[in-house]
Amino acid sequence: MALFSRRSKVVAESASSDIFNKETEGLSQGQIVLKRFFRHRGAMVSLIVLFSLVTFVFSTLGFKIFGIGYGGWWKYKITDLPVLRTNGCSIELPGCPSLSLIPGKGFGLGDHPFGQDDLGRDYFSLVMRGAERSIEVMVVIGLVAAAVGIFIGAIAGFYRGWIDAVLMRINDFIITIPIIVLGGVVSYHFGNKGILFLAFFLGILSWGGLSRLVRGEFLTLREREFVDAARVAGASNRRIIFKHILPNAIGVIIVSVTLIMSGAILLESALSYLGLGVVAPDVSLGLLISQYQDSFTTRPWLFWYPGLLIIIIALCVNFIGDGLRDAFDPRQRRRISRKDRSAERAIATKK
Amino acid sequence: MSTPVLKVTELTVEFWVDGVWYPAAVNVSFEVEAGKTLAIVGESGSGKSTVAMSIMSLLAANARVTGSIKVKDQEVLGASTSLLQKYRGKEVAYIFQEPMTALNPVYTIGFQIIETLRNHFDMGPQEARNRAIELITMVEIPDPERSVDKYPHQLSGGQRQRAMIAQALACDPALLIADEPTTALDVTVQAEILDLMRGLRSRLNSGILLITHDMGVVADMADEIMVMQSGNAVEHGTADQIFNRPNHPYTQQLLASVPKLGSTQMRVLEPSQASAQPVLKLSNVTIEYPKRGRIPAFVAVEDFSLEIFPGEIVGLVGESGSGKTTVGRASIGLLPIKSGRLEVVGQDISGATNKELRQIRRNTGIVFQDPASSLNPRLPIGESIGEPLYLAGIAKDKELDKMVEDLLASVELPRSYRNRYPHELSGGQRQRVGIARALALTPDILIADEPTSALDVSVQARFLELLQDLQSKLKFACLFISHDLGVVDILSHRIAVMQNGRLVEVGNRDQILKNPQDPYTQRLLSAVPVPDPAEQKIRREARLASK
Repeated sequence: MALFSRRSKVVAESASSDIFNKETEGLSQGQIVLKRFFRHRGAMVSLIVLFSLVTFVFSTLGFKIFGIGYGGWWKYKITDLPVLRTNGCSIELPGCPSLSLIPGKGFGLGDHPFGQDDLGRDYFSLVMRGAERSIEVMVVIGLVAAAVGIFIGAIAGFYRGWIDAVLMRINDFIITIPIIVLGGVVSYHFGNKGILFLAFFLGILSWGGLSRLVRGEFLTLREREFVDAARVAGASNRRIIFKHILPNAIGVIIVSVTLIMSGAILLESALSYLGLGVVAPDVSLGLLISQYQDSFTTRPWLFWYPGLLIIIIALCVNFIGDGLRDAFDPRQRRRISRKDRSAERAIATKK
Repeated sequence: MSTPVLKVTELTVEFWVDGVWYPAAVNVSFEVEAGKTLAIVGESGSGKSTVAMSIMSLLAANARVTGSIKVKDQEVLGASTSLLQKYRGKEVAYIFQEPMTALNPVYTIGFQIIETLRNHFDMGPQEARNRAIELITMVEIPDPERSVDKYPHQLSGGQRQRAMIAQALACDPALLIADEPTTALDVTVQAEILDLMRGLRSRLNSGILLITHDMGVVADMADEIMVMQSGNAVEHGTADQIFNRPNHPYTQQLLASVPKLGSTQMRVLEPSQASAQPVLKLSNVTIEYPKRGRIPAFVAVEDFSLEIFPGEIVGLVGESGSGKTTVGRASIGLLPIKSGRLEVVGQDISGATNKELRQIRRNTGIVFQDPASSLNPRLPIGESIGEPLYLAGIAKDKELDKMVEDLLASVELPRSYRNRYPHELSGGQRQRVGIARALALTPDILIADEPTSALDVSVQARFLELLQDLQSKLKFACLFISHDLGVVDILSHRIAVMQNGRLVEVGNRDQILKNPQDPYTQRLLSAVPVPDPAEQKIRREARLASK
């Protein structure tokens, strides 16, 4: 298509010629979103923290994937029963944490950085194993629930009609199932298949609320004119659903999925508390906390460390979700800091 | 000389945005006398609504207001909340642009009027209800005894605006602020509302501050006019002065960009084109919205026949609800037709499968009414424009980039805009993006569904110029749907008029505008406000006499 030699005066005025002629590389939606996400400071810090934490946690005791294993760098396993440390602890509280962040004598991890539990097991290795389990459970439940929930909600909201009716009745059914009971039954019968199997199963049961929300968003968004515009442009239904409508619904999805993920930790610890989730000698963070909740006044470290890890993980997930949502939302701008604002105000009042 | 009900002196309003104070109105001074109408005219963003909002003290929290606003000698600026509550509604009433959003949908209109009344007067419920019925009678809503218990959605657009006016008049305000009161309405309804407002003004003796961008409305109502441009009052004078002897270049430009009926050269199609095969052919088309639950099926378009030839622009005019948008959407297969035959570039669309439709759509383009809604807010505009090309498999990557740049340039947008999101553009720019996308596949026929209704007059003028340029270069046929006869007049070779789903008249411009045969076309023409107070008066009297 030919360029028009005559350009309207107004455009030339509003955009100076260098802006007009500036070569700008065309970026796709995905590229722009990624760029904006990388600029989001909170999300990037959280991503780095979470990534290092995961690496740290999984390397401590070692792991084994498809036969390739790594032994772990920590000297104790969760089944080891070393003697309770009395050196450096008060007499009433043997097995206190040896971790010291104060420079000087004793600085470093020490023998038992997080202390020992009442049997003498190394609490550091217990917490690390617990964090492994909790992260696994959280990620699997979150991903499975998000995938199923988004898919079912999107299909129901987009196609409406009998598809919607059928899917939403299934949804109603899923919501009515008391997840903790069914989870208990499954883990009782298939406990030998491991925690990941249980997490996958729980994920399949916890998409009810999410798919309702996604369906609602789709019902409103599908009526917008840009959907018609995409259809006129020749877009297939699949492209309309995933390329055009889904990014517009991302805010609701991310809020909901982060809630599901933090709920997953609680769900897992509730099941473990009943002796149905993670079973001894294996541990999870929720299990550790519920096991040692009585020790809070006497040996608080048994409570602190797993709690701290849960908080760090949940915060990181929330911040990353926040960053993703902001990156998808084109209206999100960086706010002016309060300092800037008061400075400007001072100048303005002087005038 | 009577005392002014509103006296605004050196009003300056600024907004704090991104660390800078942006002035929205600078040193504006004016007065409104009882029984008179002052119109503030300007484009969107000129600060006219900001001025009105500051009189009501309804500005956002990041605003800073200096100067003085006096209502009946009472200083309003910086007044306490309790004082403001007393004077809002009672001394100053506000008529909003969009009655559907300004009225609360979960309460009856009677309830909302009664609420206003009982907030300001010591009144019993029965007494207030009687007064509400009286008000509803005054604004000429049919069957006031029953209408008082109706919800906003049960009323038509015009009736809703009447209900808004009734609520505004509930306390006999000294000053009535009408912020674009007729913009959301059809021309014939607009004429009725303007008649009503004029009648009420003489009866109630209150001052009216009318805010509008429509020069025709101004010519109909205003005694005095103030023209605003980017926050400054550039000209202020009587209606006669402004319309007949405008001084400021901006006022002249504004008046020049108002489309006037029959002022342009009539466009005639070359005979070679007229004899060719039509690109769009509708024969006896009926379109029905199917039954949904308890809502019965609704026939939106009935027995509609129209042909559009290559390179021809056909204007389709009608009021809202007349089915013109339905025709447009059906023409590109967005809506199924119930009976009849619809051919696009020689292909029958009525029984086409999805795959065939996709093929047909390569030869068609559509520009939607509301660019804010028709562009995906999460997609950069470059991607929106390139999508038809990408999906049709015409271009990819670098080649696609190049084509998107050319398209942007052809609608006179800087190519650096390609990574911007729709909300970062102005209304006019967004609509240009809409055109660029519609023309990406160089279609044979373009459906333009009220593309200018969301734009200011001067933006609209530039937009129409661009569309004409593009059309003469690319020679596409166009179905231009509009409620504005002036716009259709500028563009079209032929004009078709629709009413209640039926085609009432079709012909070339002179046939329709100068010598309309159908009574509905005549009514539509006489209701169009003309930006000339003297002529408007003659037309108004003729209209009232014919009633």
